[in-house]
Amino acid sequence: MLYYSVKRFGLALLVAVVVSFLSFQLLFLASDPAIALAGEAATEEDIIAIREFYGFDRPVLVQYIDWLGRFIRGDFGYSYYFNLPVSELILGRLGVTFQLGLVAVLLAIVVAVPLGVAAAIRPNTIIDRTALVISVLGQAMPSFWFALVLIVVFSVNLRWLPASGADSWQHFILPTIVIAYFAMPAIMRLTRGGMIEVLSADYIRTAKAKGLRPFKVLFKHALRNAIIPVVSLAAVQFGFMLSGSIVVETIFAIDGAGQLAWESINRNDLATVQALILLFAMIYVMINFLADLLNAWLDPRVRVA
Amino acid sequence: MAAVDHNAPVEAAPSPHRAMLRRALAHGGVTIGAGLLLIIIVMAVIGPFLIAHGPYDQDLTARLVPPIWMEGGSWEHPFGTDQLGRDYLARLLYGARISLMIGFGTVFIAGTIGTVLGVAAGYFGGRVDMVVTFLISVRLSTPLVLVALAVVSIVGGSLQVVVLVLGLLLWDRFAVVMRASTMQLRAIEYVTAARAIGCSTPRILTREIMPNVMNNLIVVTTLEMAHAILLEAVLSFLGLGVKPPTPSWGLMIAEGREVLLFEPWLITIPGLALLTLVLSINLVGDGIRDVTSPEDR
Amino acid sequence: MKPLLEVEDLVVDIPVAGGDLHAVRGIDLSVEKGETLCIVGESGCGKSLTSLAIMDLLPTKARRHAARIAFDGIEIQSLRPRQMADMRGDRMAMIFQEPMTSLNPSYTIGNQLIETYLAHRRTSTKEARDRAIDLLERVGITAAASRLAHYPHQLSGGLRQRVMIAMSLMCEPELIIADEPTTALDVTIQAQILLLLAELQRELGMAMILITHDLGVVARVADKVAVMYAGEIVEAGRATDVFASPSHPYTTGLLECIPVPGKTAPGARLGTIGGIVPSLVGDVAGCAFRDRCRFAAPTCAEPAPAQTASVGHSYRCWFPEGARMPSTVEGLVHGH
Repeated sequence: MLYYSVKRFGLALLVAVVVSFLSFQLLFLASDPAIALAGEAATEEDIIAIREFYGFDRPVLVQYIDWLGRFIRGDFGYSYYFNLPVSELILGRLGVTFQLGLVAVLLAIVVAVPLGVAAAIRPNTIIDRTALVISVLGQAMPSFWFALVLIVVFSVNLRWLPASGADSWQHFILPTIVIAYFAMPAIMRLTRGGMIEVLSADYIRTAKAKGLRPFKVLFKHALRNAIIPVVSLAAVQFGFMLSGSIVVETIFAIDGAGQLAWESINRNDLATVQALILLFAMIYVMINFLADLLNAWLDPRVRVA
Repeated sequence: MAAVDHNAPVEAAPSPHRAMLRRALAHGGVTIGAGLLLIIIVMAVIGPFLIAHGPYDQDLTARLVPPIWMEGGSWEHPFGTDQLGRDYLARLLYGARISLMIGFGTVFIAGTIGTVLGVAAGYFGGRVDMVVTFLISVRLSTPLVLVALAVVSIVGGSLQVVVLVLGLLLWDRFAVVMRASTMQLRAIEYVTAARAIGCSTPRILTREIMPNVMNNLIVVTTLEMAHAILLEAVLSFLGLGVKPPTPSWGLMIAEGREVLLFEPWLITIPGLALLTLVLSINLVGDGIRDVTSPEDR
Repeated sequence: MKPLLEVEDLVVDIPVAGGDLHAVRGIDLSVEKGETLCIVGESGCGKSLTSLAIMDLLPTKARRHAARIAFDGIEIQSLRPRQMADMRGDRMAMIFQEPMTSLNPSYTIGNQLIETYLAHRRTSTKEARDRAIDLLERVGITAAASRLAHYPHQLSGGLRQRVMIAMSLMCEPELIIADEPTTALDVTIQAQILLLLAELQRELGMAMILITHDLGVVARVADKVAVMYAGEIVEAGRATDVFASPSHPYTTGLLECIPVPGKTAPGARLGTIGGIVPSLVGDVAGCAFRDRCRFAAPTCAEPAPAQTASVGHSYRCWFPEGARMPSTVEGLVHGH
């Protein structure tokens, strides 16, 4: 288990380094980052000054190592649009996004896992069909459109819930539903598929042959084994959610990291964009690493090797 | 006598391809999905020729005309008009072309990259596999929407840019699936046999591997096409996909959002169109998976 | 004495593409207390499904019906699922073919042993644990107490099957059904496990149904033998009688396939049975063995009648021994 963890961690670190390099390179997609940074109203002198100030005249690799070094020390650069250090800017926004994502993924699990189990126990029945329709629709539904439809129905027509802002818990109901429904289909399908596979396993027959009650067979012997891949998936979904928060936070005007990303992209605030890409990637890598560990811990064949 | 024995069941049962086709037709999801998809493709191709209005023709005297089923609608504009008085049906039909082009273009690029990487990893194993697996991890760690938005905003949005960006980003699932299926095949006897009798690597890859991973490739292709269409809609909705006045469905929803309170049908129509297209592609993909490997759904 | 288990006219049908697969076609069985019944036959003849039908563990799509399946006088077909679950693992237990996959990989063997006992006995975990240790020692596992904390993947196949045996014995069942318990194991381990089973059975006075295709095993442990072919019992009787005077052509054929010490001359060729088992999908009429039978005649297309060889020894064939004529049609011998 220790060897496994160290190996996994090393890999995660390597992935993070490569992603950071790619996200650094993003700056150079623009023909001249100095011009991009200076904005349209800048004079020739401004651009030269910016180029020297940022050290864009140095070799790319040197710049990268310099940037990464500052990043590791927690210096993410300075946002000229927001007039704040990027680290401060992001830190203030990340909490909301995390909270939203966590609640949404938990909601998705709470709905999708029982639904998947029910569908697996009674394949090809009404329950199974309903679960299938819900998941197929969820996979095809553009989440930004779903969000707008919810606003029209619940905020405009019924006037039950606020359409935008983040002032009270009511403000989070609609965004949470949107993200949860986005994450649900995959979790449900994996649970259903896993349960069907596990339920036909020999050890389930053994459990029945021992005279265990169906409840115990289902929840102790079957679900425990079927849930292992679902854990990784939920982690992955949480990672996707960070990226998906851009859409949802923009629509519902929640000032989290997603909306910050959208604003900084629109304002050409490259330092913030780079920091966010790298940060999102690192969070994803970290969550995956933790999910791997959790997975290994859940599966004794990996844990007790 | 042995020959007679083997023939009997073959005559009774249809050929595997026929059987698969029959199962596909009997499969509700495939039939509905393929039917819907066909209708959308046909409408996208010939629809614009059948209506009087162009997607860019503005008529400021006829702004926000409601669709035919609402009060005040007319057959002149069956789906109504938008804020600039453009015929919504014409924009919708052109939008279908955009979505389909995005879908096909993206899976062409992503499919090529992903298949080459995946098959190479699965077939050669060892170091190649390690490198490809690492690339997949890197790709999965990059936040998709954020990177796509950032790149489009730096490079500038257009249909070509969006296809290229999505194509370069969405290859991961192709690589994962192709890697796994190639690995499985490699272990099967006939591939080992082909290697043993000295077939060249390109020959084994094209003759033995590719035909047998085709089913899986088709399934991923459909699912990723749907994914690409949804992502383009997201990018355009956020104003960083294709540029106005191009009639992308995502852009239409974004424009309709400004009058959300008063004219909700402006977002309902393109939203439902998007939902239907993605749904039909997914149904076909899921259906093919069901039909080719009936065990899992 | 009333038999412990009585099965009359058991039928198991499985719906498949093209109709019903008649996997078990009207078989009768009876097992007395403390007795060993061996069911023999080749793969796919319905042996396993018969045992699963008795335990009410058939796959969901399989359909079972029987005139009577009585355990200790209780008709189990009329039991509610809950009552049947109480019976399983307590009064009747089962050991499966695949020790590698029959234990849950996520729980320790201690956990899995103890839960069996706790499911049927009102007792403390401590007592269940002691019993588990006791039984593990009984099935020949050393350092039993420390093994309780092990996961199945840490044990070899032979050890896992010993654990399965211990698990089936937790509640001292009156009947134990062992479905080819050794086929998945190394040849050297097979004999050990079978002898262990036979020994424990004698010691604890349980009845046992042992399903196997190994006639050598049958000869050593069986009180009674039932020979199954294509979903039917073609011959049944006391093991000594069946081995001394095999009466169905299939049994004769099976016995010719194995060397018998003292009977088979050194260097003599062993027999084989040509052909394959007929399909059991759709209507099946007449003797199912006729296509492979040396003595087949046109009458064999009709259902074969039961014949009695001696008291308690019966077989299903149109022709009593001695009235058989080798058939002259070549096609009937090997082809079909």
